[in-house]
Amino acid sequence: MILAAAHVNTGDTAWLLTSTALVLLMTPGLALFYGGMVRTKSVLNMLMMSFVSIALVTVVWLAAGYSLAFGDDVLGGLIGGLEHSGMHGIGPGSVHGTVPTLLFATFQLTFAIITAALISGAVADRTKFSAWLLFVPAWTLLVYVPVAHWVWGPGGWILDRLGALDFAGGLPVEITSGASGLALCLVLGPRLGFQKDAMRPHNLPMVVLGAGLLWFGWFGFNAGSAPGASGLAAAAFLNTLAAGCTGLLGWLFVEHRRDGHPTTLGAVSGSVAGLVAITPSCGTVSLLGALVVGLAAGIVCSYAVSWKFKLNYDDSLDVVGVHLVGGIIGTLLIGLFAEKAMTGGTQGLFYGGGLAPLGKQLLAVVVVAGYAFTVTYGLGRLLDKAMGFRASAEQEQTGLDLTVHAETAYDHGVLGHGAPFSHSVVAVQKAPVREAAAQKVESQA
Amino acid sequence: MKLITAIVKPYRLDEVKTALQELGVQGLTVTEASGYGRQRGHTEVYRGAEYRVDLVPKARIEVVVEDTAADDVMDAIVKAARTGKIGDGKVWAVPVETVVRVRTGERGPDAL
Repeated sequence: MILAAAHVNTGDTAWLLTSTALVLLMTPGLALFYGGMVRTKSVLNMLMMSFVSIALVTVVWLAAGYSLAFGDDVLGGLIGGLEHSGMHGIGPGSVHGTVPTLLFATFQLTFAIITAALISGAVADRTKFSAWLLFVPAWTLLVYVPVAHWVWGPGGWILDRLGALDFAGGLPVEITSGASGLALCLVLGPRLGFQKDAMRPHNLPMVVLGAGLLWFGWFGFNAGSAPGASGLAAAAFLNTLAAGCTGLLGWLFVEHRRDGHPTTLGAVSGSVAGLVAITPSCGTVSLLGALVVGLAAGIVCSYAVSWKFKLNYDDSLDVVGVHLVGGIIGTLLIGLFAEKAMTGGTQGLFYGGGLAPLGKQLLAVVVVAGYAFTVTYGLGRLLDKAMGFRASAEQEQTGLDLTVHAETAYDHGVLGHGAPFSHSVVAVQKAPVREAAAQKVESQA
Repeated sequence: MKLITAIVKPYRLDEVKTALQELGVQGLTVTEASGYGRQRGHTEVYRGAEYRVDLVPKARIEVVVEDTAADDVMDAIVKAARTGKIGDGKVWAVPVETVVRVRTGERGPDAL
């Protein structure tokens, strides 16, 4: 959304600078969250898929992505122009609303980064790294950027023309990543041993640390979308906290009843599900609405993650079950819980707004999910045909850390309880400098 | 002489060590081990998906004693390791032909 041009407000700018850093931190947080959930042999590869996304998305965003998403509309609400390619025409003095345009562009960039990284969870443990390096920039330009324009761009068809609501990115972030994750795991097929071998998370404390960083960053994500240091930012901040909490409790409640154990992975998954669902709605629903949105996401997503076993698609780390399902819940519930005090106009069904807001939300969900799924599926098939999207069976069996990156994360004994003899392995690289020095001393003597 | 091997729950290791020290056993070797008996491991749940883990962590204790002490040592280990719950472990003894103390070269019972 382009606000009326004004002078830079230092308070707003300070908050958006902070928020931008917070959102960028979410991607390393996601790397740890995902990294802890995969098996020992592929944790570095998982971390790399997130980290490399920071670099890839930044480059394409600055080259063309920002302009296509936030440049002046050129195709009836579908895409922006290329007038700001390479950040052309935007300098330190440019203003977007009450903040520097360069800052606004960077804030939006951090959203694009984590959205691309989110998809990696669906294809963990089996993706060819070189294909991922091509997929991320192509996907950002073909899927993320258009949807960002539809939702936030000037004249975008979803917010500006249809009048659907999405405060902090349920459609461009959560629903596109979830639907794209589903498309990509269908292109790649399941991991070797899916439904047969135990593929349990190798480091749950790492998962908790990652989820904690995600939650911390999410305050910048949601409250930064206000977009200023305002009461609306405060409301979005509190809603974000509330929904994360009820999401956590909802998931634990289901686990306790269904499995008999309230698990650590369940608690952090529930909080993430609540945070996903409150992303579109944090600035449009009341606190009561936020509590319900989080709870609904925690309960529904905890069931949704088992779909992959029933339908036999291998969404390794539940991008579909958490992000697509959670994003849909949060986006649709706006149609029920939207409040004038938050939105400035739109009322949801429960506040006398009728069915129209719900209908608009539903249309936006269907179009965005359908678009993201279709384009990602096509792009995935194309890359698979051109270069192969999946790692070889040998690489997958041995682990991508060793075979792709020539590294391993841990120094393990055979049983994984320690490495008492590992240090008897002789270093293959000699220390030439020391050896030469020793020989010199010897010859002098 | 007899080699007595005991597979016990790791958290009973301290009790077993204390019991053997009280009996005057001079030394022992402990190894981290994994395995299963009749109870066949345990179940873990991740996001609702259950995983059967059949290998359970165990402590493997080995001690070589004179023939006359073997029964007492086995009884002491059993008493110290027993919790009465499933998975308490096993103890067995096998004959040992000879033992050499590496430091001094002593052989047989003198090396114990």
